[in-house]
Parts: sequence; C-alpha cells; structure tokens
Amino acid sequence: MSGTSTGHAADHSLDSYGDAAASATRVTPGNALRPEDIVLQDTAPASEAAAQYALRLGDDALVYAQRMAHWVSRAPELEEDVALGNITLDQLGHARSFLTYAGKAWGKTEDDLAYFREEEEFTSVHLVEQPNGDFAETTVRGLFLAIYQHLLYTRLLDSADETLAAISAKALKEVDYHLEHFEMWTLRLGLGTDESARRMRVALDKLWPYVDELFTDEPLYDELEGVAVRPSTLRADWDARLGELLERAGLAVPQVPYAMCHGRRGEHSEHLGYILAEMQVLARKHPGATW
Amino acid sequence: MSKTSTPNGTQSATSAHSAGWPLWEVFVRSSRGLSHVHAGSLHAPDAEMAVRNARDLYTRRNEGVSLWVVRSEDIMTSDPDDKDAMFESPKGKDYRHATYYTKSEGVKHL
Repeated sequence: MSGTSTGHAADHSLDSYGDAAASATRVTPGNALRPEDIVLQDTAPASEAAAQYALRLGDDALVYAQRMAHWVSRAPELEEDVALGNITLDQLGHARSFLTYAGKAWGKTEDDLAYFREEEEFTSVHLVEQPNGDFAETTVRGLFLAIYQHLLYTRLLDSADETLAAISAKALKEVDYHLEHFEMWTLRLGLGTDESARRMRVALDKLWPYVDELFTDEPLYDELEGVAVRPSTLRADWDARLGELLERAGLAVPQVPYAMCHGRRGEHSEHLGYILAEMQVLARKHPGATW
Repeated sequence: MSKTSTPNGTQSATSAHSAGWPLWEVFVRSSRGLSHVHAGSLHAPDAEMAVRNARDLYTRRNEGVSLWVVRSEDIMTSDPDDKDAMFESPKGKDYRHATYYTKSEGVKHL
C-alpha cells in the first residue's frame, strides 16, 4: 500500500492500528490531524510536562463532551439537537487527540486514559462538569468555554510543540463555530423575552463562580515556556470579548464571588463521579470490547 | 383553504411551524459556476440561524460552497391540484421540440 498512498503519510500503516482503521469516523476530509495519525507519528513523545498539559486540555474537552451528549435527542428543536450534537462530537474529537498525545508519553491509549482513570486522576475544570441545567445554562457554559478555547487554541498555533499546534489548528476551526453558535444564542436569549433574559441572568450568576479556575496558573507552566499558554494571560481578552457580547445582548457581567476549584489537581465536585460512572461503565465491564 | 403550497407540498407554510419557529427552504450551490439547488427545509427562529442550521443539516459532507435560505411562506408556488391545467398544454405540441424537425436536404453540418 505504501507505494500508492498519496494522502496521509500514515495511511499505509493503518492496518497496524487495528480496529480504529476500520472505524467510520476515520474519514476526515482535508489534512486535519487525526488521533490515529498521532499514534503513528514517529516524532519523540511529549515530555512529562507537555503530556500533563495535553491531559488537561483533553480532560476539559472529554468531560464537556460527555456532559453535552446528554442533550442529544433532548434539544428544544431538531435543528438545535443536530447543532449541539455536532459541538459535542467536535469536542470529543479534540479530547481524543489530546489524550492520545498525552498517553503516548506514558505508553497508554486514549481509551486507557478516558475509561480507566479514577475521578481524582482527572484534571478537568469544574465548569465542564456542571449539570447542563436549562438551555440558558447550556448556552452560558458553552459561551464561557468557547471564548476560552478559542483564545487558547489561537495562541497554541505558535506552540513549540508541533503536535499540540497541529491539534489546536484543527480544533480552532471547530471552536470558531461553537463560539459563533453560543454567541448567537446569547444575543437571542438576552434580547428575546423577559423570561429568556431572566434565565440568562440566572445562568450567568450560577456559572460565574467557575470562571476563575480557567485562568489559574500552575507550577507546571514554568516548565512549558513556549509550549503551553499560561492561562492567566488569556484573561484580559476573555473579559473583553465576553463583556462586549453581554452588553450587546442587554446582559451584564455577573458580580458573584468565585468558588475555590482545584480540578487541575483532581479535586472535583460531586458531579464528576456520576459523569465518569456513566462514561466508563461499559469499558470497565467489558475490558477491550470493540464493535 | 389556501390554494398555495410550499415546495414540500404542505398546504400552507404558516401551518408548518414548530414551536413558533418558521419553516425555511434551503438552497445549496455545490460548486462555483452552478446554480443553487433546493436541498430541503428546516425550522429556525430567524434568517441567520437558518443559515447556520442549514450548514449543519445540508453541508456537513462537503456538499456545497454557498447557501441560500428563504422563508417558505415567501415562496409562491403552483397548486398541485392545478397540475393538469398548468402543465398539460405542451403535450401534443411536438413541434416545440427540436427533434420534431427532420434535417433538410443538403445540410451537411447540422
């Protein structure tokens, strides 16, 4: 096969990746980097610090995707169901790439990391594990995260770590759409009826306590100069973008104190356990199962 | 009863609402140089959302380079019940087709 392969450099050896090569999800248009490619890359694995960093990004996306998947078949309209489903799958895709890259440094697969870690080993922020709530809460959480990820992945394009930069380049195009989607809904709900604006205000107050954790630096970043983005450096742009949108939507930035959240070091709310139980039950009951 | 119908054949566009969201017809242009072709319909609260929803529902697999959406109720259509009267008249008028005519004697390069 190697002589005829003109697309992905990795195509000729996909057979060695077993079932993943036969998966319907491996058909990716363009030259976007896929988790299967990351597995087969012959570049050096990530350093321990870079792997830890990739794990954080992957965990945020994975837990968020698992949360959002609950909307599928439950959205207020079929069209919104499809949109939320798309966003969910995009985030799952980002998680797969980041976890694959992190796992490679430790001799683990994306599945090992997703399905066979305990709650305290997850490094996701508290924002992504919060319950979906009503549509306004889902919109506000999606907005907070989309602005954050958009700024983050834009900066990561310049990362000295080429794999992190490549994953971010693919993710950025998709997050661009997520951000637009949640911005459009913020405007419509904020400027909609008294009830929709009231619900948005409630949702903003409810989720605001979890914002600060997104921008908390850790000692980890001292080892990742030029590779990772220091979260605190995203704050000013995040505030500006959110503030401008909320003003256009007739809403205000909440004046609510922040909660103490340490998701990055494995201290989670009671919600994460339930999310993981549902996500991991099949893989743990039937280890190695494929279909 | 309204005599108009949407391209979907529903009798009246205004009765085809879902939770108050109007129905939109979606037109996709598959590549440059081709015209937009009707792809289907969807519900959306406004035109901007309709384009976004159309992107999700009709162009996820590289189907197009451009999207148009039109409120279904803004499209005036022919009445399916009037189909015969509307479209019958060309029948039996074969002379309207080029194939009706035989080649004239002596024409070499037609």
